[in-house]
Formats: sequence, structure tokens, C-alpha cells
Amino acid sequence: MKRREFIKNSLYSSLILSGGTLNFNSCSDPTKKKITILHTNDVHSHIEPFNNTHSKFPNMGGVARRSTIIENIRTNNPNTLLLDAGDIFQGTPYFNYYGGEIEFKLMSMLNYDAATIGNHDFDNGIDGLYSQLPNAKFDFISSNYDFKNTIMDTHAKKYMIFNKSDIKIGVFGLGIELQGLVTQNLYKETKYLDPVEVTQEMTKTLKEHEKCDLIICLSHLGHNYKDNPNKICDVSLAKSTKDIDLIIGGHTHTFLNKPEIITNINGEKVIINQVGCFGLYLGKIDFYFDSMKNKTSNAYAIEV
Amino acid sequence: MKRVVVILFILFITIESCETHSNRIEINNTVESDKKIETYIVPYKNNVDAQMDDVLSYSPVDYDKKNGVLNTAIGNMMADVTLKLSNPIYNTRTGNNIDFVLLNHGGIRSIMSKGDITLRSAYNLMPFENSVVVCQLKGSDLKELIDYLVIHKKAHPISGINIVLDKNYNLLDAVINGEKIDQERIYHVATSDYLLKGGDQMNFFKKSKKNISLDYKIRNILIDYFKAVDTVSFKIDNRFIIKD
Repeated sequence: MKRREFIKNSLYSSLILSGGTLNFNSCSDPTKKKITILHTNDVHSHIEPFNNTHSKFPNMGGVARRSTIIENIRTNNPNTLLLDAGDIFQGTPYFNYYGGEIEFKLMSMLNYDAATIGNHDFDNGIDGLYSQLPNAKFDFISSNYDFKNTIMDTHAKKYMIFNKSDIKIGVFGLGIELQGLVTQNLYKETKYLDPVEVTQEMTKTLKEHEKCDLIICLSHLGHNYKDNPNKICDVSLAKSTKDIDLIIGGHTHTFLNKPEIITNINGEKVIINQVGCFGLYLGKIDFYFDSMKNKTSNAYAIEV
Repeated sequence: MKRVVVILFILFITIESCETHSNRIEINNTVESDKKIETYIVPYKNNVDAQMDDVLSYSPVDYDKKNGVLNTAIGNMMADVTLKLSNPIYNTRTGNNIDFVLLNHGGIRSIMSKGDITLRSAYNLMPFENSVVVCQLKGSDLKELIDYLVIHKKAHPISGINIVLDKNYNLLDAVINGEKIDQERIYHVATSDYLLKGGDQMNFFKKSKKNISLDYKIRNILIDYFKAVDTVSFKIDNRFIIKD
């Protein structure tokens, strides 16, 4: 345990000292297994790049460019997962006209592995979401929306397990409370379940029963509500639960320059990342698995 | 014992170089587009572009936010339509009615030319993703809002509130739906989420007791309105005037 603490501490100090730029000699070690997690959130139907006269994001974004980057990363590391944290829909006329068809088709072409469901994904009603499912070759994960009495029943998974080079990666998904945010006739009988309770159930399943090596929460809860500290968010979820390694966030369009590190109830570190919105950025986090014997000090380690 | 070593990468896309790495890759014009994806998008794009020219309504005159001093026809349209289409939603959700609307002059992003109003017109007029939020402000807190309008002397779109100034721009009268402002009453004021967050220095919205987001984009309000009417007709009126 002490050694682990030392390793963690040395990572944080090196993060601070180097101003966020790390030097590694560990990544050339061929005995380590590298898992790359790529992620987007709140793309909001942004298919084409912003034009060069756009006042905020000139020349940024674009699915075709994202595809090039993802393909390059996958070529370098086939052990890559591509995930989206929701709000795929709504924001450009593409959604108004195709109801999400092109968004799902392009995400399928980019080989997304899974996505969770955001509040705007109900914008054409739960029927509108359901009707686009045939265009999605990836899976939807939602652990805290109970769709039992809706048309989405059985069409969203509570969790998924991906195996990459014998590394078991468990992914579960959390959605935001819909009441007051989405009109009820859109989400119909979808029941919102408490994210903390659901997380406890999911981490128990993924950690204790499924023995996952890595647990990822795809969250559309929002990053942090400073004006409303009682509202559940990624930061409070990370603090109040255990066994999550990574929370991929969404909803609040939060541009994190680098992932945020939070301590959970067991004193372990949880990584939270979110990449703003509109497909302007692609998040990338690499996890290296090794036997601990030859670990360099520039790494952040979690016992699993 | 199996361990996970997590390495957070910081810089740009030099993916396999170990010195600098990234956890956030900017997607910009230095990245080549995947031709397969680009080609796939073309028919959708052509179709959307064509549909953007679908006619929704008709404008009998040129509307320009520069025409008018303290209120403009196009601003009155934005505010009146926002009130008209938001209030039923707000009423259904809360049982209350919106008392008045305040948007910002800068939020009117284009002219609306005489002739057909298309979907593209709505996108040009309101390219932002801003949505309607209804704030609850105490009557006594409205002084700051009215002072703001008086001081700025700008045709910020309003609906439901009337403001009269004298020749020296001093406030003569401010009434809401024809009635004097009750200092103790809670007023329901619709605005955009941009302004609520202090956009255009409208800091008085911070005094709101409660904010209810209608999750209804202002652009969609315009589109829904244009679809519902054959011809739009808005005029400069006496909602915000200088009395001689």
C-alpha cells in the first residue's frame, strides 16, 4: 500500500512540476498492455466543421477529421475503446431533418463501441430515439434509466464488458434526471433511478462478480454544479462511491484541459474527463497494465 | 497482483512518441478529413442545404435591428414570439404565467429581408443554441433591470413591459402588463440562458429566486412561429419610448 501511495504521489508532483507535460520511459516497455480509451460527449449533431468565420470555434470539429484521428490511434493500438457520453442529438439542421439518422450512421462508421443516453437524445421523444436504433451498430448503455414500461425496453444495456488482450473493461452508464429538464411526454414512462445507488450495484457487479480490471462510468450527469451542491454530478459521484477508475462526463459542456482527479470513499483516485462539446476535441486516456514489479515512478497506479 | 498504471497524456497527437502525449486532441483544419466519411455526408449535406431554403413564411418588408431607437420591429417580433410560444409551456409546468420577456439587441444576428422566410433565415437570425429560461424576480429587484435598460438606451427586445423616458432619458414610467410594479410581488421574466448567465452584463438576473429552463431554443421558437403564420407583421410601437 505504501508503495502505491508513493507512486501516486510522485505522479501528482510530476504533473505539477512539469506543468502537465510528462516524460515517460515506461511506454516503450513491451511487456505492458496498453488500453486506449477515446471519448466524445455532447456532439449535438455537429457533422461538419465550423467554418473559418465562426466567432468561437473557427475551423474546428468535423466527423471526417475525427475519423482520421481515430483510425490512426486504432492502427497504433488495436486495444482501443471508443465511447460517447450522450447528447448525440440536436444542434444542427441535420437533426431537424434526419432525426439522428446521420449521427448514428457516422458513429457506426467510426466504430464507436458504446454510448450512453443524454437528455437531448429524447428530443424527438423516446419513439424518435427508438426509431433510429437500426442505424446504430454500437450499443447503448444506461444503468439508471429504467425503460421497462417504454419502447426502449431491452434496447439499452445496464452494463457491458469488453475484453482487450485479456484485460476486462466494464462500462456502465448514467443519465441525468429527466423531470424538469425534458418534457414528460418525450421520455414517457422512463424511470430515473438514483445514480449513487445504481453505481454501487454496478461496481459490485463489475468488480466483485465480473472481476473487471478497469471500470468506466459513462455519465451524462454533468461535471459539477457549484451553485447547487446537492445536485448529483460527476465530482460528487466520484467522491461518494468506490471502484470506478474513470468517469467520462457530459451534459455541462465542460472543457477540461486535463482530467480531474478525485478521491473516492476508499481513498482511491478516480479520473474524470469531459471534452466540451460539438466534436471539437477527442478525449484520449491510456491505461497501462503491468505486474507492478518494474513500474516507473511517473505513473499513477490503481490497485485492482 | 494485477495493477493498472494510468498515464495521462498531455500534448498533441504524436501518439506513439513517449515524450509528450495527449488526453485531449483538438480537431482542427490541420487534420485531414477521412474521404470516406466526407463522401458519405455529401448527399445529406446537399439535401439539408436544399431544405434550408424551404419557405416557412413571408416577410412583407425588410426587417433590420438598426431601424428604430428604443424598440425595433424585428426585436419586437423576437420578444413577442418568445412570450407567445413560451408561456403555454411555462404555464403547464408551473401554473404561472410569464409576465414579460427581455432578450438582447446583440442576439439579433441578421436582417430579415423582404420576401420568403426560410429555415436558413431562422438560423441566420438566431444561430446560437440559446434556450428560454424563466426567472423569478421580486418587484423590488426589477429596478436594476429597468435602470439597465434606461442607462443603455438600446433597443433590447422586450414584451409585456412598457418603459417611458423623458427627453433627457430619465425614467418617467415603467409598467408591466399595464400595471404598476408591485415591489413585493414575484415576477416571472423570460430571457435566454445566455443573458441569465450574465451575458451583456445583465447581472440583475443573478437575483432570480428560481430559474426554470424551458429547454426550448429561441431559434426553434422562431421556426415554430414562422411555420404557423403565412406572413409576419411586426411594427415599432410604444413599448419603450421617449415622450416629448
